[in-house]
Amino acid sequence: MTAATSPAQTDAAPAPVPAAAPAGGSIPKVEVQNLNVWFGRNNAVKNASLSVRPNTVLAVIGPSGCGKSTFLRALNRMHDLVPTARVTGKVLVDGQDLYTREVDPVLLRRRVGMVFQRPNPFPTMSIEENVAAGLVLNGIRGNHRQVVERSLRKSALWDEVKDRLNHAATSLSGGQQQRLCIARALAIEPEVLLMDEPASALDPIATAKIEELIHELKEHYTIIIVTHSMQQAARVSDQTAFFYMGELVEMGSTEQIFTNPKERRTEDYVTGKFG
Amino acid sequence: MRSFAVRRLMNLVMTGLCGVALVAAFIPLTSVLYLVISRGAAGLSWDFFTALPKPVGEAGGGIGNALAGTMYMVGLACLMGLPLGVGAGVFLAERGDGTLGNTVRFVAEVLSGVPSIVIGIVAYAMVVIPMHHFSALAGSVALAIMMIPGLARATEELIRVVPGSLREASLALGVTNWRTSLLVILRTATAGVVTACLLAVARAAGETAPLLFTALNNQYWNFSPVQPTASLTVAIFNYAISPYEDWHEKAWTASLVLLMLVGLLNVASRLLTRNRLKGAR
Repeated sequence: MTAATSPAQTDAAPAPVPAAAPAGGSIPKVEVQNLNVWFGRNNAVKNASLSVRPNTVLAVIGPSGCGKSTFLRALNRMHDLVPTARVTGKVLVDGQDLYTREVDPVLLRRRVGMVFQRPNPFPTMSIEENVAAGLVLNGIRGNHRQVVERSLRKSALWDEVKDRLNHAATSLSGGQQQRLCIARALAIEPEVLLMDEPASALDPIATAKIEELIHELKEHYTIIIVTHSMQQAARVSDQTAFFYMGELVEMGSTEQIFTNPKERRTEDYVTGKFG
Repeated sequence: MRSFAVRRLMNLVMTGLCGVALVAAFIPLTSVLYLVISRGAAGLSWDFFTALPKPVGEAGGGIGNALAGTMYMVGLACLMGLPLGVGAGVFLAERGDGTLGNTVRFVAEVLSGVPSIVIGIVAYAMVVIPMHHFSALAGSVALAIMMIPGLARATEELIRVVPGSLREASLALGVTNWRTSLLVILRTATAGVVTACLLAVARAAGETAPLLFTALNNQYWNFSPVQPTASLTVAIFNYAISPYEDWHEKAWTASLVLLMLVGLLNVASRLLTRNRLKGAR
């Protein structure tokens, strides 16, 4: 165990952690500044700052309970649902702060999509209805067949389900269900895709498919993925952020984090000394 | 660890006890069915369903007006009771953690334990006295009050077991809270809620006490909400306590009709809630 953390919470200046500078002067798609999340008196994410360039994958790693999922859920304001949760700091998408009064969290979530740890298709809906759910539930009428096909193709599920679109979504295997959930998230055309351990409930083959998919999706989307698998982070991401006890310890290019970490705690974690 | 023989014996004994309990519960159930069918079936005819009752001493006649009256009043009660009951249940499940929710839940629990005759008196005071006469409306108000508390509690429980991950999935698609509540959460619970509704309807259709001094009775057809109305249950009551053998037979047949009506509702609930999707579990 490393020394006690001492994040400079009182300091309003940018976080002391080395936030990776956007390379080549390109504008960050997502920028987090001094983000804090509290549940009651528990400071689950402490003063995190980082930025993600468009069309890249950021992996968020760290041991269980380190705040990585909490961090992710702050990025599309899912904490709004928890009465005791409080968020401070800024989350900018295309330069616009999500936590200002003007931003409608409902509309925001159409721009920042999310895929969850466990596949959660709607059990009363068919495969096709699940993919179109984001449109239909939002009251957009019409024939969504094209959107359904496009989304299923993007999530590499089309060939497996094209002949049984009217079957129950729950009749699919776990890995297929997760790709269905990805298709459902893609159907509303988000700009940023958040993935909360999307492969942790899946077998190795299904996991490989999801990882392959992340590579392809990167072309069109900015992806932030939480994972407890360091191998997965190394395989899919361009940049990696390491969280420990609510603190963003280090962020850098994935290669640098895994081969030449600057922080002792990062090194201990990626070399398997704890976690 | 007890020996295999002892455990096997224990298993046999317990299985046997469960079987005995099953038979014991089954006997009264089947005897009710047997009695009603055997006594009532003879009187079944087209006329029985469609004709008006005849005066004492005249042969024939039916309970058409009572059957129609029951369906009419239960229908009216559904219009009032089902939306309120289900709506209250959705509220309790989604927003019911505060003081208001706890109060509503407590009141619903107390109300669902109130004897139906008491609810009849309340409807009498609320509707019959201001209107100055008995009416179908008063009867259906009483039935609706009967339906609401149980339905609200059942709906709440059914909605609470819908996994929270579905709510998250919907909200993450940029769907508003109220649309999520109705189109995802309630829809997922639909099979159970429909069953709860039909059970509430069946229960209301079988009530006598709340109708006795609200809808009263009527010897003729009535489809006006402000007039007294016949009902199957009150008809059974009147026929059964009468001194005429012919009317006793009618009471049995009317009971059979009521039983069929309730049975039909149960079958309907099964059919309606069957999963329409292929490969669904």
